[in-house]
Amino acid sequence: MESLIGFAQFILQNLINAPQRGSFYAVISIGYSMVYGVLMLFNFAHGDIFMVGTYIGFGIATLFLALFAGFLPGPLIFLATVVITMFLASWIGVFVEVAGYRPLRSAPRASAAITGLMIGIIFETGILILLGAKRLSFPPLMESVSYHFGGVYFTNVKVMIIIISFFLMLALHAFIQKTKWGMAMRAMSYDFLAVPLMGVSINIIAPLTFAVGAGLASVAGILYGQAYPILDPYMGVIIGWKAFVAAILGGRGSIKGAALAGYLLGFIEIFVATIFPSTLRDLIAYSIILLILTFRPRGFFGMEHSTKLRL
Amino acid sequence: MRKIACLVVVVFAFGLMFCASAFSARKTIIKIGINAPMTGDIPKVGEGTKYAALLWLEDIEKAGGLEVGGKKYEVELVVEDNESKAESAVKANTKMITQDDVLAIVGPQSSKQAVPAGEVANKYKTVMISPWSTNPNTTLNRPYVFRGCFLDPFQGPVVANFITDEFGFSKAAVLYDVASDYPKGLAEVFKAAWEKKHGAGSVVAYESFTTKDTDFSSQLTKIVKSGAQVLFTPQYYNEVPLIVKQAKDLGWKGPIVGSDSWGSAETVELCGEACYGLFFSSHYAAAGAKGETKAFIDRYKDTYGYIPDDVAALTWDSLRLAQQAIQNAGKITGKIEKDRKAVRDALAKIKNFSGITGNMTFTEEGDPIKCAVIVKINDKGEYEFYKSSCP
Repeated sequence: MESLIGFAQFILQNLINAPQRGSFYAVISIGYSMVYGVLMLFNFAHGDIFMVGTYIGFGIATLFLALFAGFLPGPLIFLATVVITMFLASWIGVFVEVAGYRPLRSAPRASAAITGLMIGIIFETGILILLGAKRLSFPPLMESVSYHFGGVYFTNVKVMIIIISFFLMLALHAFIQKTKWGMAMRAMSYDFLAVPLMGVSINIIAPLTFAVGAGLASVAGILYGQAYPILDPYMGVIIGWKAFVAAILGGRGSIKGAALAGYLLGFIEIFVATIFPSTLRDLIAYSIILLILTFRPRGFFGMEHSTKLRL
Repeated sequence: MRKIACLVVVVFAFGLMFCASAFSARKTIIKIGINAPMTGDIPKVGEGTKYAALLWLEDIEKAGGLEVGGKKYEVELVVEDNESKAESAVKANTKMITQDDVLAIVGPQSSKQAVPAGEVANKYKTVMISPWSTNPNTTLNRPYVFRGCFLDPFQGPVVANFITDEFGFSKAAVLYDVASDYPKGLAEVFKAAWEKKHGAGSVVAYESFTTKDTDFSSQLTKIVKSGAQVLFTPQYYNEVPLIVKQAKDLGWKGPIVGSDSWGSAETVELCGEACYGLFFSSHYAAAGAKGETKAFIDRYKDTYGYIPDDVAALTWDSLRLAQQAIQNAGKITGKIEKDRKAVRDALAKIKNFSGITGNMTFTEEGDPIKCAVIVKINDKGEYEFYKSSCP
């Protein structure tokens, strides 16, 4: 009986660990999916946009904490950091679209994909030159409090990450479903040849899509800085790849799918490491995903035709 | 007329340059290569390496050059960045040996780079001293490769004994990076030493992750659940803060013990108060140092504004070893292959070298016999001497 309770606690603890990791994959993979939905290309610079967003968040957070830490309440500083970082980072997204992808819009898809990788490398080395190779420590925007409840540990930071990510995704859903801009995006993803003829300019919708993706990634970056407070210029590479896997798994262009697959990826990674030796974690976790894709190549919510037509 | 005057000036200038270069070519310069991670995962290590080397060079220049066999030679440092990658370290060594004609190389620092780079140095018969690499394979069967520090097969038991004596624990957990030579090697050595002491199965959790991972929650949950009393994690400064903080968040109450890779000045800076009171094994302790060690620490601190970590101190010792070997070799012939061999033979013969990280005598493998130090991170975040352990 005792061991059963211990086992239940163990499983419960992992169930609490997983959504934090999953939240990052989900929010970042949405950025891939949105761009794919509108432009039919994968923005391989997205992981590095996430990294730049984290650095911007780091700068804003450090500045605000230095200026207002004494007399403004913590949550207000947090909120201000998120809003301003989102605003600044969305311009990074716009920049990537205008400078990187727009000139290649009629070029073969492979050129655009390579451009994405190049932009990523430019961001990595740019940050490296600008700030040096020194690791930076993201300042805590809220004091971490650890709770202990029936043998299971969790922190307020963890809870906050999960709630904010969830809220962000709901907000995005509302934006896409309820606003005129969202409608234009959806229309564009349905047919990007005919929609421009109806007076919706791709030169506005495309940067907007990038901006929203980058804004989301930057908030993910701030949250990431709270959970794993060590910043380096290459931090976006691996998480970018994994989020890309989630975007494929969720179905290309499907935002709902990307979010779901992001969480699933988090759960698979955590539970594989729990059940099997942790050395084999990525091997087993990604074999499972490969298996899923073998039987369902278009992912969870991908449209049937999109696998035939593109890439 | 003006054109001719111009031409004359240009020709004269070129002639002068040619003369100058011809002149300097005739004068033998002793070149020492530095192979360090200036960028990549552990740039602080590269910085410490470079700074220590610059201090050493300053001393040489102050003395008017390096005196070998009664003649003074100018010394030049060739610093190459290995980006904290194995393949770049190999490339850097090859370049310095074949293009820059260095007499000896100091570096690379971590075993991940030092093991493959040592292969190159040995192949080209050039002395390489790795100040910080503790993995046995770095110098194994390589007569031209030396190191400035103790080895993991020594360090592992030191840590295991320390934990046993200090806390009286019998169940340990290990968390390490399976994709990096140093943590992997040391984790294995520690496990063997611990199980020899406390019986098979006394390492109750032996968990791993891969380089660049930031989330250790599933491994740490397993470790907390395993009933281990102490966690040993031989990781670098960019991972230690994450491991320590996540462990505490998941309800880990026991001590966390590390190895010499914790010794970087940045561990405490990134980790903050979460790391206060933890122990690790190292090469030297800055707080409370005496004599020459203190002189080096003060000088470094005055010049660069922070207390040097063990990498800087070991680099200093390695450069001094190289200097000693070059001087002991007796003379510089200018024939680089011959000089390299002479330096190698002289280095292998050095006995009781008194360095700032302790006395060293080389074994046949090119490994020094020297003591290890257990360091405690005190309440001010300083690395304080706690205990010393000699072979």
